[in-house]
Amino acid sequence: MQLLDVSFRAGSETWLHPFSLTLAEKEINVVLGATRSGKTTLLRILAGLERPRSGRLVHDGQDLTGVPVRRRSVAMVYQQFINYPSLTVFENIASPLRVAGAGKNDIQMQVAALAELLQLTPMLTRYPAELSGGQQQRVALARALARNADLLLLDEPLVNLDYKLREGLRIELAQIFSQRDATVVYTTTDPQEALQLGGFTHVLHEGRLLQSGRALDVFRHPATLDVARAFSDPPLNLIPGRFDPAGRHLLLADGSTVPLPSWLVARAAPDTIFALRPYQLTLTSRNDARCSITGVVELAEISGSETYVHLTAARASLIAQLPGVHQFELGQRCTLYFAPEDLLCFQADGTLLRGLEG
Amino acid sequence: MNRIKPVNQRAWWLVLPVLLSVAFSALIPLMTVVNYSVQDILGPSQRVFVGMEWYKETLRDPELHAALLRQLTFSIAVLLIEVPLGVALALAMPARGWRASLTLVIFAMPLLVPWNVVGTIWQIFARGDIGLLGYVLARLGIGYNYAQNPTDAWVTVLIMDVWHWTSLVALLAYAGLRAIPEAYYQAARIDGAGRWAVFRYIELPKLRPVLMIAVLLRFMDSFMIYTEPFVLTGGGPGTSTTFLSQYLTQKAVGQFDLGPAAAFSLIYFLIILLACFVLYNFMNQAETRDAT
Amino acid sequence: MARIQLIDIAHSYDPGAAPWALKPLTTTWEHGGAYALLGPSGCGKTTLLNIMSGLVRPTQGRVLFNDLDVTLLPPEARNIAQVFQFPIVYETMTVFENLAFPLRNRRWSGTEIRKRVHEIAEILELGADLGRRAQGLSAEIKQRLSLGRGLVRPDVAAVLFDEPLTVIDPHVKWLLRRKLKQIHQQLELSLVYVTHDQTEALTFADRVVVMAQGEILQTGSAEELFETPAHQFVGHFIGSPGMNFVACEWREGAARIGDAAIRSRSASPPDRVESLSLGIRPEHVTLHQAAGDNCVPARIVSLRDEGTRSIAVIEIAGQTVNARLPQAPRFSANAPLFAHFPAERCALYADGRRVA
Repeated sequence: MQLLDVSFRAGSETWLHPFSLTLAEKEINVVLGATRSGKTTLLRILAGLERPRSGRLVHDGQDLTGVPVRRRSVAMVYQQFINYPSLTVFENIASPLRVAGAGKNDIQMQVAALAELLQLTPMLTRYPAELSGGQQQRVALARALARNADLLLLDEPLVNLDYKLREGLRIELAQIFSQRDATVVYTTTDPQEALQLGGFTHVLHEGRLLQSGRALDVFRHPATLDVARAFSDPPLNLIPGRFDPAGRHLLLADGSTVPLPSWLVARAAPDTIFALRPYQLTLTSRNDARCSITGVVELAEISGSETYVHLTAARASLIAQLPGVHQFELGQRCTLYFAPEDLLCFQADGTLLRGLEG
Repeated sequence: MNRIKPVNQRAWWLVLPVLLSVAFSALIPLMTVVNYSVQDILGPSQRVFVGMEWYKETLRDPELHAALLRQLTFSIAVLLIEVPLGVALALAMPARGWRASLTLVIFAMPLLVPWNVVGTIWQIFARGDIGLLGYVLARLGIGYNYAQNPTDAWVTVLIMDVWHWTSLVALLAYAGLRAIPEAYYQAARIDGAGRWAVFRYIELPKLRPVLMIAVLLRFMDSFMIYTEPFVLTGGGPGTSTTFLSQYLTQKAVGQFDLGPAAAFSLIYFLIILLACFVLYNFMNQAETRDAT
Repeated sequence: MARIQLIDIAHSYDPGAAPWALKPLTTTWEHGGAYALLGPSGCGKTTLLNIMSGLVRPTQGRVLFNDLDVTLLPPEARNIAQVFQFPIVYETMTVFENLAFPLRNRRWSGTEIRKRVHEIAEILELGADLGRRAQGLSAEIKQRLSLGRGLVRPDVAAVLFDEPLTVIDPHVKWLLRRKLKQIHQQLELSLVYVTHDQTEALTFADRVVVMAQGEILQTGSAEELFETPAHQFVGHFIGSPGMNFVACEWREGAARIGDAAIRSRSASPPDRVESLSLGIRPEHVTLHQAAGDNCVPARIVSLRDEGTRSIAVIEIAGQTVNARLPQAPRFSANAPLFAHFPAERCALYADGRRVA
């Protein structure tokens, strides 16, 4: 399925600037973007609930742009656990099958199978209002799967669930999708989710499509600085310094230098932007992590298995994601190490100069 | 959010019966009225085309101006009394439990009374001899006679309308109040806000859309009011409570002069349309101004 | 600053029905501490917060602020500030007027109000927005404003937060978390924060109270909760992915998974040996090709490369265990592998509670 030169406007505001997007068939397509970046609008256009202002929606050579929703093979799951409140869980899941005219035995079998898959079997006779948030969302999902559509759309389906439940359901969803034949489009604001679900990632930013590709590829080779920023949580670190060709090192604002290996020196220019993801900064120097940067600790935040350290170094703010629990004093001087291979380099206009290997 | 829904042809077939009945009962008669308004109808088969003659005559009619003025005064008075009163009542109504249900039923009752019965109730109620209100006022020494004193008649019509229709505003405001999340009240309590501050800064802003509807409805209905004042005072004493619709009816039905009456009714229609348009835009603008 | 004590507090929204929303608990929150109430939806954390703020009167028990019984006092008499899930601002007023509102209600003079509002606006970085109308602002600014309205009263004893970052964009959540931490440092207030997100809780608080189903399971620092969870639920809830629990049995003086003996952190045997589970965090599981001490045969079921880390799902004695590996390991397929559980990281659990 492809969107060709699609754009969308509401009144005087442009919500989607013209772009083309190709969905990976029968795979998970994650649409990643901040709130109001146009993800929901994109989803609605794919579903047929909105007509794009320009451009076409093409599938298998057929132009689907004007086709009404009812005639498309599409199923959708929303953020807000939407189910038919007056029908039991069984009836909810069965409803698309009934609309399609399936026979009684067929319905029985399929509903039982889906309930089993989503662990809803003990709840088949209850009403959605009696279930917890996670269970309601599973019912919505089962109903969407029952439709057996070619296109399965999910609009931030886990965002209203508590984080532990989200973790568990995400893994379940990834497994369920891998066993099905449908093309899945899943929107999220969380880069971690995009990485955990795998599949293809399409990065949206302020109504523009910035990059499409396999999740890890986009992560390691972001086409522009904006993509790298959108795909980084905690936020991307911009190393505060300029490349000094004479000294063959990075000159930081506070005067200190970071020596760079020759293969990097060969490609860098004085206006190159160097960026580093927080998890690539470590407390100890290793063979490959030779470059160091020293700063003052502003804040240290502990999150279960990791510590996030906010540093001020060379008059810029940096964030490091360190494994394990570490205690820091505020104002303490701290040296962090990184490997130059882990640097993302961008040209002055934001396009990628060098991505990560791996 | 402006949504352009994909076109679904089948829906038009479902709407067709309604379209036909609306055409039959509203559009065709409207066309007839327009037709009459540009003709002088001397007899069943004698008609003369007079163009805009009736319109000019109607607009120059001093009695029309008087009735229009009376009508505007009445509508504005109605709004000024009923809207604040309705909101105040809504604030006083219990929010939940059996008391809420009981209060809602009591408030709904005036709205369920047929309009001519409303007129009749008040006509009797306000009489000095057999009416409770009239009798009490007479006993208290207050000179009150709605049949002879224009001011008394005006006040009585006004109070009757307030009695009849304030409930509508109250019920709309009540629904609007229930929609305000509890968290706002909690935050206000913690901020130490007094009752008036809570009303001014939380309830009133949140009630704005509801009040817009209430004002629009009450304005339109009061501008077209006919039955109740007609039953109560017959338009009198003299013409002191003859509002626009009654004047129109007098002309059309009483005098059987269809031409001018048709012109008048079109003018009436346009006046209401214009007033509502202006009112609605004004309130909408106030809303968008706050949003920026 | 306030020392808040909850004595035998319990609450039910429907006293006839069991279970109660909050089972009886007694706990103390010290002056100037930053606490987090962490737990899944429905665990009772919001109820507990509302009992502290006075919005809910507990079915039983007493609430003391600095040894003064406030159980029957309404919120406005308790000198607390509360920040809700959705920003609550007075939309018809400007940012300045919003901040000034609680002070006007207390009849402060104009100059005093201006001074205090500017002070607080400075701390919360709202100085530039003071003249703007509250209605059109972003959610993050509105939440800061809600917080500001709470902080503007100098006699505020405690600030209570009810999942305040819910509507905030993930990219911006960091800013608010950092701001909250700075405020804690600068203003020395008691802060209580309710959330279901472990990162928020562990980042924000000095001490985290983990709750589930109306009970407090464990109170401790982030390290304590991570390294030594007292309850299986705590181990599962904290950490992403949560702690692994492998069923084992006690035979011949040692905990055994299959045939392998696994030593745990404590030297003495547990007081209970029925339905034992071994708890080990995915971060501490390592994979090796050769057997060794505290090792169990394992088979890799799947490997997920998540960019910043790799999660290996391995099968041990018929059970699934997650292992978090720093980078994608290079093992040949079907090669025999052993999972190593460092003894000092293992703990034994019986019936959900830690026994060794």
